[in-house]
Amino acid sequence: MLFTGIGFQLKAGEWLHVRGENGVGKTSLLRLLAGLSKPPEGSVDWSGISIEADPTSYRRELFFLGHRDALKDDLTALENVLIASALDGSAVSQDQALSALCRFGLRGRELLPVSCLSAGQKRRVILARLLLRKATLWILDEPFNALDSRAVELLSSLIAEHLASGGMAVLTSHQAIPLPNAKVLSL
Amino acid sequence: MSAFFAIIRRDLLLVFRRKSEVLTILFFFIIVTSLFPLGIGADSGLLRKIAPGIIWVAALLATILGLSRLFISDYADGTLEQMTLSPTPLVLLVGGKITAHWIVCGLPLVLLAPVIGIQFDLNSETLGTLILALLLGTPILSLIGAIGAALTLGVRGGGVLLSLLVLPLYIPVLIFGAGAVFASSVGLDVSGHFSLLAALLVLSLAFAPWATAASIRIAIE
Repeated sequence: MLFTGIGFQLKAGEWLHVRGENGVGKTSLLRLLAGLSKPPEGSVDWSGISIEADPTSYRRELFFLGHRDALKDDLTALENVLIASALDGSAVSQDQALSALCRFGLRGRELLPVSCLSAGQKRRVILARLLLRKATLWILDEPFNALDSRAVELLSSLIAEHLASGGMAVLTSHQAIPLPNAKVLSL
Repeated sequence: MSAFFAIIRRDLLLVFRRKSEVLTILFFFIIVTSLFPLGIGADSGLLRKIAPGIIWVAALLATILGLSRLFISDYADGTLEQMTLSPTPLVLLVGGKITAHWIVCGLPLVLLAPVIGIQFDLNSETLGTLILALLLGTPILSLIGAIGAALTLGVRGGGVLLSLLVLPLYIPVLIFGAGAVFASSVGLDVSGHFSLLAALLVLSLAFAPWATAASIRIAIE
């Protein structure tokens, strides 16, 4: 058993900072929240309804970013973004995808296979999906990993925007994140 | 429905970018089926008799070769995780992946079959039956195989386990598929074999995608 007695509630515009040492179960908690694994006891509710009872409407509101980047090395950054959106059923135009990649500083690299990109650039490709996917709840596992200081700033402002427009976020990070309306959960 | 076609397009694009994996499977099928006429010699009566069994067994083995890579790379890079969390039903995405697998690993076998059949001295009517039987049978192989591929995700040495799991389930397809070709070569009625193959196809279409999706959810957890 990794943890017991955890309870919290997030309202629109709030975000939760999950902290703790390596191996205390931050990622496991995030996977529980995303519905990838089931808690042996207790439940995860979305707007009052258990996510197991109505997974589809929960998944429509959810964006989950795990440790693994879910990018295809043989496809270009643009193809990766377009296909990921198509699989989610939210069709995105090529222009929208290009401008999202551009905002994350990947101008001129849209047509390179992802295998040619650095770890930080790959991370930026995934974050471009954040812009395109209209999700209410962002669950991000170590989103600042491998990002340079400009990208960290960019992502922070993106999350701030998201919160200001009534979104919610759950993050794990070892850094302090200067964002308003924070709740902290220390494992 | 657009997600269904999007994943077929994606998988075909990935195959196109890395052609060697698929070409290996096709060459395996061609070489295995060519070795028998070469080894047995020019006894055309014997070749005609063994042709249905050999071509079908080679098709089963070629499908198995392709199955191990059906989900493994999506599992390793986290794409499968994203698919289970997608608002699109996982069954639809899985169905798309199975369709793409059949287009890549099943359809070429159907198209190659007449050329292979000539080596076994099959007449044109039997070749037609062979193509039809493979057309009905290879989708069943992909559908049943997908369940096995999903069940062995994350298992070390999953490739061998996959063969042990899936090959016994292929036996009905082998019996009726090869049976149809044999019946046609000796001038018997083949409609019974085709009806049974079609029934198997409908049955696996109805169950396999759901069973595969459920297995994937277990593997991810």
